[in-house]
Amino acid sequence: MFIPRAGTRGQAPLLIPHNRDSEETRPMDTAFFFIQLLNGLQYGLLLFLVACGLTLIFGIMGIINLAHGSFYMIGAYIAWSLASMTGNLALAILLGIPLTVLLGMLLEWLLFRYLYARDHLYQVLMTYGLILVFEELRSLVWGDDVHGVAVPALLAGSIPLTDNLSYPIYRLAISVICLVLAGGLYWLIQKTRLGMMIRAGSTNREMVQALGINIKLLYTLIFALGVALAAFAGMIAAPVSSVYPNMGAQVLIICFVVVVIGGIGSVWGALLASVLIGLTDTFGKVLLPEYAGVSTYLLMALVLLWRPEGLFKRI
Amino acid sequence: MSDYNRRDFLKSSAALAAFSGASVAGALLPVSLAQAQGVAAKIRVGLMLPYTGTYTQLGVAIENGFRLALAERGGKFAGRELEFFKVDDESDPPKAAENANKLVQRDKAEVIIGTVHSGVAMGIAKVVRESGTLWINPNAGADDVTGALCAPNIFRTSFSNWQTTHALGKVMKAKGHKTAVFITWKYAAGEQMMVGFKEGFEKEGGKLVKELYLPFPQVEFQALLTEIANIKPDAVVAFFAGGGAAKFLKDYQAAGLKGKIPLYGSGFLTDGVLDAVGDAAEGVETTLHYADGLNTKKDNAFRLAYVKAYKLQPDVYAVQGYDAGQLLAAGLEAVKGDMNNKAGLIKAMESAKIDSPRGQWTLSKSHNPVQDMYLRRVVGKENKVVNVAWKALADPARGCKA
Repeated sequence: MFIPRAGTRGQAPLLIPHNRDSEETRPMDTAFFFIQLLNGLQYGLLLFLVACGLTLIFGIMGIINLAHGSFYMIGAYIAWSLASMTGNLALAILLGIPLTVLLGMLLEWLLFRYLYARDHLYQVLMTYGLILVFEELRSLVWGDDVHGVAVPALLAGSIPLTDNLSYPIYRLAISVICLVLAGGLYWLIQKTRLGMMIRAGSTNREMVQALGINIKLLYTLIFALGVALAAFAGMIAAPVSSVYPNMGAQVLIICFVVVVIGGIGSVWGALLASVLIGLTDTFGKVLLPEYAGVSTYLLMALVLLWRPEGLFKRI
Repeated sequence: MSDYNRRDFLKSSAALAAFSGASVAGALLPVSLAQAQGVAAKIRVGLMLPYTGTYTQLGVAIENGFRLALAERGGKFAGRELEFFKVDDESDPPKAAENANKLVQRDKAEVIIGTVHSGVAMGIAKVVRESGTLWINPNAGADDVTGALCAPNIFRTSFSNWQTTHALGKVMKAKGHKTAVFITWKYAAGEQMMVGFKEGFEKEGGKLVKELYLPFPQVEFQALLTEIANIKPDAVVAFFAGGGAAKFLKDYQAAGLKGKIPLYGSGFLTDGVLDAVGDAAEGVETTLHYADGLNTKKDNAFRLAYVKAYKLQPDVYAVQGYDAGQLLAAGLEAVKGDMNNKAGLIKAMESAKIDSPRGQWTLSKSHNPVQDMYLRRVVGKENKVVNVAWKALADPARGCKA
């Protein structure tokens, strides 16, 4: 139950045409086409925010982290509980980020560092176990209710687009934050000394260590960064997605799809893949609603046929 | 010697654990040893409900309701005590048949109470149709349970998916809506509710112009909301539940559709999520077999007793669990607690008139409640009753040959 078999459960057999109402479908006019384009971009950018942490941990440290979705959930719950305590989402996020960084460092120090040298299956087993542990802890600490987080007053409005449709400003703000973060990550990895060490560490751990760089600390930092990114995504997504049990499982699978399409460990690849998936999913739902569940996976299959290593090489 | 083998074994068990979705939390809850000692006087009741996962609260509410019905009768049905055997079904359909079999074969349950998830209910149906074990379904709304899969030993105290949206057509026509769009998850429950609505609406002369589907359990609605704005129907009807419902209601408001295109739904759209959605659900009208503010003697007494016993507000799930207890009690009283008189028991249950907090109901031929469907409007944090949208609505029980 924790890992949804996305897009397969309870679906009608795919080969049965099911278009009783297709004659009613009116063609999309230009305005709506652009709005859907915006929807796809916006969804893609949100996906990127969750997936970039996964691609860092997976690509640089070589860890298959199934618990990544749990960090997303933990972020959302932290945002909710701190926001209801302080009454301010921005403050809750500022307080929450150091907490999640600490959580990431602690987990790396206690558990994950014993996995680097091991087979992927051990990693899968442990991180799957962590999903169960986090779900149970979440249930004990925060309960099983669905919670809402208010959109900050400053961003609460909507921009009218057509006579009956408006676009929530908060969603646009998320897109901007995602773009800024993508730029920041690029700068960190490509332009800073730390980024140089990260890139070197992903290529040859022993050599970097021999050059006198504290690779253990470096890995702890990368892992904490990955956790914080996922949790941050949960925090800023909380007002639009609500906060509910098991919410991480939904994003986990699609994040793995993003990472695989984008190329494992590539931040740019993750960005491009997220946007591609956002667009595929959006237009898939509207144009071929019967096949909405498979459109993103079809995209993944096609990309893998064309470029088995993903769109971009690592880093 | 076999370090290599040991590793291989570990690897494969790891793979198995991860990919079959087996979970430690899903292991059976401890079973009482009393069965070994043969305390014959107790009726063996199997509770197959979700005790972990998204539907945990629903499972707990159902069990609470059932136990309240028992407590009101002094802890006994027709003079016999009950012994409970619990299985956490995790709302996981692939494990459903196996879990039901544990109750039937290992625990020798004489009656099974469960469950929430329709996919799991299909698994139970398969098992009890073979074993003949009495089954009372206190939630899962799959039409088939009292349709194609109906059987003398299968009872339901909740609803069929078809029932929860059928009355909406009448309500919406009365308001002058001629066209509608239905939006839901693409899985059995969503599609059955769509059919229930479509039949009701078209019978009144309305037209369902488009069905919009989302893969279960996705919650990215933006593209479909844009499509709704493009189609401009007179009204929108939705079914989502839990976190998905909360998000849908908020997105509908944020997209500026609220107030422009009226939103209706199956009652589950607004049940249990009102605390989470702020004013996004205000004024949304839904149909269901239970509502807030019924203000009947029975409902008030039930709510008071439930709050006293569990320090929780009861919901529709608690009512359905409570009625499962009431239905079993009615049957057992008629046969003086003799579980072996199965024919008599079933006959008594079939003809029982259940005095439920939701109002009185009886069972249809296929053992699904024939019940009043209420029109409710969201006011603040409550699904306030507006009126009875359909008096004594019976499920058509398609495919039931029993």
